[in-house]
Amino acid sequence: MKDLFHGELVRFTFEEPETKAKAEVRWQRDTEFHRLADGDAAQLTSEKKIKEWFDKQAEDGFKPERYSFSVRTLAENQYIGSLGLWVDWIHSEAWVGIAIGEREFWSKGYGTDMMKLCLQYVFTELCIERLSLGLHEYNPRALRSYEKCGFRLEGRTRKDIMREGKHYDSLWMGILRDEWLQIQNGD
Amino acid sequence: MRDIFTGRLVRLSAIDPEEMSKAFARWNRDSEFTRLLNMSVTRLNSSKAIQKWLEKEVEEPSPTDFFFTIRSLDEDKLIGGLGLDGIDWAAREAFIGIFIGEREYWGKGCGTDAMRIILRYAFTELNVWRVSLGVFDYNPRAIRSYEKVGFRHEGRMRQYLNHEGKRWDILFMGIQRDEWLQL
Amino acid sequence: MFDIQTQLFEGQDIRFGPIDHEKDPGVESKWTHDSEFMRLMETSPARPMPAAMIKKQYEKLEKQVEEDKNLYHFMIRAKVDDRLIGKAVIQWIEWTNGNGFIRIGIGASEDRRKGYGTQALRMLLRFAFAELNLFRVSAAAPEYNEGAIALLQKFGFVQEVCRRKALERDGRRWDLYIFGLLNDEWRNQA
Repeated sequence: MKDLFHGELVRFTFEEPETKAKAEVRWQRDTEFHRLADGDAAQLTSEKKIKEWFDKQAEDGFKPERYSFSVRTLAENQYIGSLGLWVDWIHSEAWVGIAIGEREFWSKGYGTDMMKLCLQYVFTELCIERLSLGLHEYNPRALRSYEKCGFRLEGRTRKDIMREGKHYDSLWMGILRDEWLQIQNGD
Repeated sequence: MRDIFTGRLVRLSAIDPEEMSKAFARWNRDSEFTRLLNMSVTRLNSSKAIQKWLEKEVEEPSPTDFFFTIRSLDEDKLIGGLGLDGIDWAAREAFIGIFIGEREYWGKGCGTDAMRIILRYAFTELNVWRVSLGVFDYNPRAIRSYEKVGFRHEGRMRQYLNHEGKRWDILFMGIQRDEWLQL
Repeated sequence: MFDIQTQLFEGQDIRFGPIDHEKDPGVESKWTHDSEFMRLMETSPARPMPAAMIKKQYEKLEKQVEEDKNLYHFMIRAKVDDRLIGKAVIQWIEWTNGNGFIRIGIGASEDRRKGYGTQALRMLLRFAFAELNLFRVSAAAPEYNEGAIALLQKFGFVQEVCRRKALERDGRRWDLYIFGLLNDEWRNQA
């Protein structure tokens, strides 16, 4: 069987609470990163509070509808970002969100590699039928990356996010298991 | 779409902890009933203890457990219960357990009817791929009922249970979605 | 032949030991990052875990061992340097029926195919049958885990149940087997 946690540029891990908290507190200072990754208003939270949250996660254990991974580069073993899945088991569907906190790893194929590894995990280990995601229209780099992975644009909600005095659309994309299998067989 | 919870002889309904705990405590006094149902030691629980347990189960709907009571259609009487217990979502498999507590409803097809209802629920509402169960080899009535509904034999764990100085097997049975669709 | 004097927890190259709460979480965390190991060991989706979470699990585990009294959990350690190489478990023990489920895992791929699994299973079965006096022991394995199936059959386990296509992984469905071994059967081999 294929190795689920190693891609071509990155690998999936799960970092310790202290490591995650230190990284998150640094990444949150980069508001461009935050605004590409997230819809809610940029925030600054203390490292102590962030670590408390991760400590509680370690205490409570994993929830069956949430899967998350930390991401490290294969070459430098550097911790660069994270990936999260929200699974709706009854409908065999999941939502994914990815984030690369280390700027120097933008636009180099790391996000695409992360998403490809995620697709393999979702369709061959979680064995669900569909993966969905949303993104902001001001994030064309993400749109191109997801299209390269096989996601199709399914719709847009108009002007549903406001930043710097302008309104932007949210874009919604999805990929079905059959479509992903066809891409695999085509390779 | 028709009412998915009603069959020919019975219907499934929600658990009322107070009603169910009283009934269950009464049924529990029948040790033939408990030995057909339980793997572990037969014991007597107070209806209060059972009610507390049920209230906790009912309070927070779990994404992996689905329990119902079985009521007879003729008198709307509470006669038993069933449930899908610990659904393994990645494998899309559910284990099922069923019991008819009221003796006079044994051997009348109520269990078979209830099982048909819950299978439809499992395959078309929860969209599972496979439903499995374990049944004791000293319960031939149940085994026949499950065969009628479409479960197939998959083997037995030998001499698993210890009752009355003898050892008994547990039979495993399963039905897959495509098998159910063809019935 | 075994008797009171023969050690229960000492093997040839391995021994059974308790949890080392400081060192073991890090080692086990690494195993969870190996999807091949996780897919052999567990039927639930493989997912990496931080040492912090495993540390908490160990605490819950020891509490369960003490309170529920239906679980025995051993760490498998290499005798030469005491490092953690796997775990051996008897769980879901039902005392009135005399049953238990066993699980063995050797975490690092370089530690497998060295006979440690065989030594561990031999010790675990002796503990189950000659110390806990269980009547029968069960084990489960998916059809793709040929190593586990071969090991169980070597010790006389009988394949009793085939749960057809009960597990989905890597694009297809797999059968899940349940095996059983009775005390008499084990005794007649020893």
